[in-house]
Amino acid sequence: MLSELKARQKADSCEEYLFRLFERIEKSSLNAFTTLAKESALNEARQFDKNPGQGLLAGVPIAIKECISTEGIETNCSSRILRGYIPPYDAHVIERLKAEGAIIMGKTNMDEFAMGTSTETSCFGPTKNPWDLTRVPGGSSGGSAAVVAGGEAPCSLGSDTGGSVRCPASFCGIVGLKPTYGLVSRYGLVAYANSLEQIGPLTHTVEDTALLMEVISGHDVRDSTSAKQERHSYLPGLNDGILGLKIGIPREYFGEGVNKDVEKAVWEGIHTLESLGASWQEISLPHTRYALAAYYVIAMSEASSNLARFDGLRYGLRQGEDRDWHTTFSEIRSQGFGREVKRRIMLGTYALSAGYYGRYYLKALKVRTLIKEDFLCAFKEVDLLASPTMPIPAFKIGERINDPLSLYMADVFTVPINLAGVPAISVPCGFAGHLPIGLQLIGPHFGEATVLKAAQAFEAATPFHEAKPEVI
Amino acid sequence: MITREDVEHISWLASIKIEDEEKEELVEHFNSILEYFHQLDEVDTEGVAPTYRVVDLANIFREDAAYQSLSQDQALKNAPRTENGYFKSPRIV
Amino acid sequence: MEDVIIGLEIHVQLNRLQSKMFCGCSTAYHSSRPNTHTCPVCLGLPGSLPVINRNAVEYGIKVGLALNCNIEEKTLFYRKNYYYPDLPKGFQISQYDFPLATQGHIMILGDDGAERNIRINRAHMEEDPGRLVHAGTIDRAKYTMVDYNRCGMPLLEVVTEPDLCSPKEARVFLDKLKSILDYLDVFDGSQEGSMRIDANISLKGGDRSEVKNITGFKGVEKALSYEITRQKNMQRRNIKVVQETRHFDELRNITVSIRSKVGAHDYRYFPECDLAVMRIASWVPTIRAALPELPDVKRERFVKQYGLADDHAKSLTSEIKLANFYEAVAARASPKLAAVWIADVLKGELNYRDLAIESFREEHMAEIVQMLEKSMISEDGAVQIIRDLLDRKGGTPREIVLALGLCKAEDDAVQKAVREAVAESTAAVADYRAGSERALNFIVGLVMKKTRGKADAGEVHRLVKAEVEKA
Repeated sequence: MLSELKARQKADSCEEYLFRLFERIEKSSLNAFTTLAKESALNEARQFDKNPGQGLLAGVPIAIKECISTEGIETNCSSRILRGYIPPYDAHVIERLKAEGAIIMGKTNMDEFAMGTSTETSCFGPTKNPWDLTRVPGGSSGGSAAVVAGGEAPCSLGSDTGGSVRCPASFCGIVGLKPTYGLVSRYGLVAYANSLEQIGPLTHTVEDTALLMEVISGHDVRDSTSAKQERHSYLPGLNDGILGLKIGIPREYFGEGVNKDVEKAVWEGIHTLESLGASWQEISLPHTRYALAAYYVIAMSEASSNLARFDGLRYGLRQGEDRDWHTTFSEIRSQGFGREVKRRIMLGTYALSAGYYGRYYLKALKVRTLIKEDFLCAFKEVDLLASPTMPIPAFKIGERINDPLSLYMADVFTVPINLAGVPAISVPCGFAGHLPIGLQLIGPHFGEATVLKAAQAFEAATPFHEAKPEVI
Repeated sequence: MITREDVEHISWLASIKIEDEEKEELVEHFNSILEYFHQLDEVDTEGVAPTYRVVDLANIFREDAAYQSLSQDQALKNAPRTENGYFKSPRIV
Repeated sequence: MEDVIIGLEIHVQLNRLQSKMFCGCSTAYHSSRPNTHTCPVCLGLPGSLPVINRNAVEYGIKVGLALNCNIEEKTLFYRKNYYYPDLPKGFQISQYDFPLATQGHIMILGDDGAERNIRINRAHMEEDPGRLVHAGTIDRAKYTMVDYNRCGMPLLEVVTEPDLCSPKEARVFLDKLKSILDYLDVFDGSQEGSMRIDANISLKGGDRSEVKNITGFKGVEKALSYEITRQKNMQRRNIKVVQETRHFDELRNITVSIRSKVGAHDYRYFPECDLAVMRIASWVPTIRAALPELPDVKRERFVKQYGLADDHAKSLTSEIKLANFYEAVAARASPKLAAVWIADVLKGELNYRDLAIESFREEHMAEIVQMLEKSMISEDGAVQIIRDLLDRKGGTPREIVLALGLCKAEDDAVQKAVREAVAESTAAVADYRAGSERALNFIVGLVMKKTRGKADAGEVHRLVKAEVEKA
């Protein structure tokens, strides 16, 4: 827990702690870190030891997903096309972390440009799940989750476009939150699908997530989609308990396609919540089955535009002799992007193109309205929703990568949340054999306090957050 | 149904060169994915407004004041090819 | 012209703003080294986000109102997706559906002398791309260099309906538009690249061609004239004119085709989700109330208030600074005389020296007109004073009058000299009466000698003639 860590840092040596982490990372077979900022981090740790700061995260090392802009530290989104790119500016969240004394350890592996559910599309190769090195850690923030679960960093930041924080949190047995859209500034987050994504914390405990949320959330003038919410603390009320809380169980998130162990563990979790004073009732989110298609059309369309800037002219890959610009750009993009990224850019281009815009993109946006309304309706009846985060536990590396559709299907319970823009957290709630299972708690817009409170109550009443993989 | 020609046209639009060997697989993948997307046709969206932005903000502006720009060095720092303070681009034609 | 159909798209750089359209980089980039006015936003660095410049929107509304447009209640930005080295994000933030202003018009004087209503389809906001510098001509350069200083500058695109009928009308329209923009003080037209024009032209029955990125109104006229000739020639030879994009070569005064696939411009417009919607209807009344008196209204007022001829009024109201200059002078001296001397003389002298009206002082002009009114100086003298003030840039009119001895001889002294001269030149008078016009010149010369050249030659001629005919 970060509060324990902070206390220890003040007493012991931060530099030693960090040094041991780096040693561990060097011997690691997780392939979770892509870039280490070892020198600067140790320097800062040394500074902290001489003169400990008062910041909320003073002396706390943190790992950052590859797609979040870090000044002076390579930011490549795990893509060949951005190898070597060193941003001249920090993302808003990085500025906030630094202002509170956090120490940036380095960057973590991800699916290339956040397009994936398994961290297998990375140009650095897949990250391994600390619970089973033959399996995926989830994605796209697989590296961020693996470093926390694997004891290589006490906490990390990821990004969630269609489940990319919650999925790896679920597969790696840790806590991961996707905030309400607009609560955390996207300034400095390399865009994949800009109307869907948010930066979110990955931590061992709910309290740690609450602490990180206080640091990174709140209005930023540089992000025009940033909600007019001021920064505030999520700690008060965290331990209030959930007496009288009404939980909705969406029937569409259970049944066919959900792994038996997952379903069992999630139901046990719901009963635990009940035993803590909450009540539950079945509800319906009737348009759930269309969410995946709507999500992918929208995400791919936006991606096709967001990734158009990668042409080798101002940064990134450029090799060989220049020909005419279109030929050169096309070759660079062909060599620099991986197969999944190319596929999505092209499909997105198609979905937006003349004659198809109405059929695909516009249609998907209308379905999105209906999905959002499903949630708004549900929250008139209940305070929170509970479901499995993923329908399955972590699958084997290589198992699904050659069948894109089967990989997309894994996001079935996470994407509707991004479409609606509501907040959701994944907390560990059990195991399928040795593989962690995640319970997803979904709140109304800006309902982070409720979500965190419920997650905290659940965590306090269960042992799952204390389990550690063999790797440790 | 997406054809090989469609793939070629899309690759031109998206500025991504596709080798001949890749085209077959792309046609197959595209068709199966688009087939999946066609599910959306089942949904009755008559009279439903599209959601472009999930949180409803309006009139977000900045004041007209100049700030410090990047220096020329900073701007060019990541550029693979430069000349005399310019980014060097392949020729137009 | 019959059968010629022209539409214009004018890109106006709102360079009176301090900062760019979506970021805080300064707009004062013109004399700067390349790539010194950029930031993560206008350079399109990964992770950067745009934020709308409030004043740019205000300027856009101002222009829309001045062009008699409807200002939309809800307006928003779209992405126009295409690849080009000058476009860092691979898309331009522009407007598509729900543009800022629609359905306006400007009145111009047509080729046939009648007033013509040129409809404005829309005026919308967008950002400027960067600037390409070719190592050679566009079609022969081995590589291209890119400067992003201009990238992100606020642009207002004004699109006309295809209502213009000739290159000359296009030119007249552009002059009018520039005049209106000048009045609104939203742009500095003297800056390079501050106004760029795309012209669409077709002959009746044919496809249209688009000539892109023409700078300068003369260029527009020339490009369009060239296109008419080219298209007419093709029609004559029964070759179909294809819809295509062309570039105007200023050196050779021709248009050349820029290879582009037919139907290739699929911009895949969709709303810019990184920016919020704008609801600005409530801004309109305040902005409308603060609009300055526009050229047409001012021109009519000048005609009524000062009793001016229409073309003087037109000339004086073409630029706001000139109009203000005129009114300042007309407050202190004869308005009609001031009009003649400013519109016909001063303006010409300024143009010849490539100077703007700021190079001349209102007090000086007022003084000159006053002296003319009182016949203290001759017309030639006045011209000389103006030239002297412009060229030597020092002194006042009165000082120059004294220095150059331009003070006209007293009237009665001239009259006296005329009477004497006529009396002395009986032979010449006789010749004149016999039909020789030229005989008067002898008498005029005599008067000039008597007045030591200080009299106004033209005036003397009139006086002599009158005197001779009196008898």
